[in-house]
This record gives sequence, C-alpha cells and structure tokens, in this order.
Amino acid sequence: MIEVKNLHKSFSGVDVLKGISTSFEKGKTNLIIGQSGSGKTVFLKCLLGLFEYEEGTIAYDGKIFSQLTEDQKRDLRAEIGMVFQGSALFDSMTIAQNVMFPLQMFTNLSKSEMEDRVDFVLKRVNLDDAHGKMPSEASGGMQKRVAIARAIVNNPKYLFCDEPNSGLDPKTAIVIDNLIQEITDEYQITTVINSHDMNSVMEIGEKIVFLKEGLKAWEGSKETIFKTDNEVVTDFVYSSNLFKKVRKMYIEENK
Amino acid sequence: MTYLHNIGSYFLMIAEMFRKPTKWSVMKTLILKDIDDLIIGSLGIIAFISFFVGGVITIQTALNISNPLIPKYLVGFATRQSVILEFAPTFTSIIMAGKVGSFITSSIGTMRVTEQIDALEVMGINSLNYLVFPKTVALMLYPFAIAIGMFLGILGGMAACVFGGYTSLADYILGLQTDFNAFHVAYSFVKTFIFAFVLATIPSFHGYYMKGGALEVGKASTTSFVWTSVVIILLNYILTDMMLGQ
Repeated sequence: MIEVKNLHKSFSGVDVLKGISTSFEKGKTNLIIGQSGSGKTVFLKCLLGLFEYEEGTIAYDGKIFSQLTEDQKRDLRAEIGMVFQGSALFDSMTIAQNVMFPLQMFTNLSKSEMEDRVDFVLKRVNLDDAHGKMPSEASGGMQKRVAIARAIVNNPKYLFCDEPNSGLDPKTAIVIDNLIQEITDEYQITTVINSHDMNSVMEIGEKIVFLKEGLKAWEGSKETIFKTDNEVVTDFVYSSNLFKKVRKMYIEENK
Repeated sequence: MTYLHNIGSYFLMIAEMFRKPTKWSVMKTLILKDIDDLIIGSLGIIAFISFFVGGVITIQTALNISNPLIPKYLVGFATRQSVILEFAPTFTSIIMAGKVGSFITSSIGTMRVTEQIDALEVMGINSLNYLVFPKTVALMLYPFAIAIGMFLGILGGMAACVFGGYTSLADYILGLQTDFNAFHVAYSFVKTFIFAFVLATIPSFHGYYMKGGALEVGKASTTSFVWTSVVIILLNYILTDMMLGQ
C-alpha cells in the first residue's frame, strides 16, 4: 500500500501539486486521471522519487520515502516496476536482454535460470517469439508489452504505468489494460496507472483519483464514477457525447 | 552564476559516479563495450590524422629552413618535439572531443530524452555509475591510442622526408635521436591521462543533465564539444607551465 499525505511540489515558484492526500491499495489497479497539465506526471514522478517535493509524505508500506537514505531508496526502487509512456526500452539491447536486465542487476540467478524467467514473462505478455528482436523492430504495442515484462520480471511489489495506452489503437489498448489488471490480481501488486484514456478508467479503474490543477478533485472507483454528481469529474469524464449517452443509460438501468 | 552552478554539479556528478557501484559482472561488459566504442573505434581516425599531420610538420619545417647553417637533422628533431609534446596529446584530444565527446553526449542525451535514464533510476540503479564510470575506465586506455598516434606521426614525417626528398633518412633519424628527453614523453602521457578523464566526464555531464528533446541533444553535443575543447586547452597551458615551466 502506498499512502500520500499533503504532497506539495512546485517548479520555479509555480505550484504544481497543492497538497494531495490519497492512498493506493495492494492488489488493485489504481488510476490517476485528469486533464493535461493537471499534475499527473509530476505526481507519478514524485511517487517514484524522480522529483523531490517540498512538503508532505509518501509511505511505501509504512516506510516514509523522504526519511530513507539514498541506499535505502535504491533498495526500495528495486521493488518497483515501471512502464514508461515511451516504453524506455534500452536501444542497444535485444528484447530478451531488456527483460533480463533487472535480473542481472539484482539477482544471483544463473544464466539458465534467468533465461527461464525471461521466457516465462515474455510468454505471459504473449511475446514468445520476440526474444532476439531489437526494440526498434517492435511495434508500439509490442514495446509496451516488453516494458510490462521488464517491469514484472523481478516480482515487484509496486507497479507504475505512465500512460500505458498512449499511441496505441483501441484494441491493443484493451489488451494492455487487461494484461496489467491480470498481473495486478495474479501477483497482488500495488499498481498505479497514470492515464487519461476513459476506456481504461471504465475497464480497470478499481480506484480512481481525479486531479485538477494540482489538487485531488475526486476519488472513487469505476462503479462510483458513473453515479457521481461532481461536476468537475463529469465534465472531464463525460466530455464526449458517446460517454454522456453511456452514463445516462447506466443511471437509468440502475434506478 | 549558471557557470558556477554547472561547475558544482559537474564535481557532484563525479562524486556520485563512484557511489553504489554496479555489479562487476555487468560493469565488466560495459567497460569492454566502451573500450570497443571509444578506443578501438577511434584508432583509425587517430592513425590517419597522426600520419599525415606528422608528414605536414616535416614538410613545413623543411621548407622553412632556408639558412644553410641550420643542420638538416633539425627537421626530425622538430617533428619529434611537435608530435610528442603537443600534436599527439593535445590536438588529437581536441579532435577526440568532437568524435568521442559528441558520441558520449548524444548517446547519454538520447537516453535522457527517451526516459531510459529514468528507467535505470526507478530500478534502483545508480545511473551515473552505470553510464559514466565505464566510459571513464575505458578512456584510461586512451594514452595507448596516443602512443600509436605519436609513433605514426613520426613515421609520417619520415615518409614525407624520404618520398618528398626534403632531407635524408639518416638526417631525420639523427634529428629524432638528438637531445631526447624521456621526461617529455612522461609529461605527454600525464597530460593524456588528464585529458582522457575530461573527455569522458564533460561530455557525459552535458548528456546526462540535458533537458528537452532531439534538438537539445544536438545542442548539448555542440556545447559539450566547445567546453571539452576549452578545458583541454586551459589544462594544457596549466600542465605545461607546471611540468615544463621554470
């Protein structure tokens, strides 16, 4: 579980996060949503320790991040898997080498054990025959799946995904969403996803935190987001006519 | 203020580079890869430039000796001194600031832009140790490349003498042996070691701390080349004054 209390972050005197408090639960897919510029990415990077923040605390299973030494922070990060928006695969390595990388760095497994583990996770993300390919030879969807495989290869306790569906077609996006949810359930990971894809929100949002202008404007789940009368949320989530109709139908059906 | 901030950040980067070392089994592979990329990959250009510049120094010296009282062996002497003292360590390093420095800045800068450095940090890896340390170790072999440059520079001068007819081979070899001071070679290698460290760290600094996108990677490479050259030239002056000055 990750608990955030009163998080403040500014850049050159401009407040980007203005006191966010929330928690992300174990074994659930937690989504951070909001408009572009609402502070989602900054929030995620603060959670990951890539940005230092001025005020507030972030606790990973009770361990307050800012109170850890640099070495303890690095040890904690070894328990984190991250899927970056652009996948961030290492260009000079093959897909199998990318996935094997965390094992080489943090385990004492033999080469054959590492290869077995790589085979297993690549199979898990439906990439059985991509071992020898370079990242540049893989499609966007494949790269995302490799990034997920790399993130989970070392059995992380926490999984972070920054816009995992960006640049993907709707069908592939659903495949990625389902994969993340399955992995979260299977390994009981605390998963935090930064997204503004409404399909993801409706599909896998077991907990949703809505940010607006650096503040938490709302939090709930994919079930409660249909019923909320919070105008800020409804303006954002149901901005398209299709979603407005879906919401109307849902409310009428559940009267 | 920006300059002071950057200088401070540069030294902090160097200190950070030695913290939390990467596993030796991984580091060994990285060092070998960087030796291949940075040293072996530069031997061709070092050999080519050294040979022909050695030849040009010989021709220029020979053409400017018009006084019959000046001995002909001075051509070999001047070529040896120019190549060992300045051309091989300093001018080759400036050329390497363009070749190796740009490569280092652009490769690390691209990793920054594409979030690969963030990926390393999130995994709990000391990215500075992972990226900069192996390059610094690899470039400690740079003096060997410069030794090859010295040899080929003198050989180029010899070829110019023999094939251009500027002086006899015997006079050239006599010039090479005249007043030879081994300390000059030591001075040259001390400079080269220091330049190697500069060649690894300044371009890494510009790549690692760059912000922006693809365009900024190009700008960072240019800035890195300029600053590496400036620092090499300044250090060259300071070291020469310290080691050879009165």
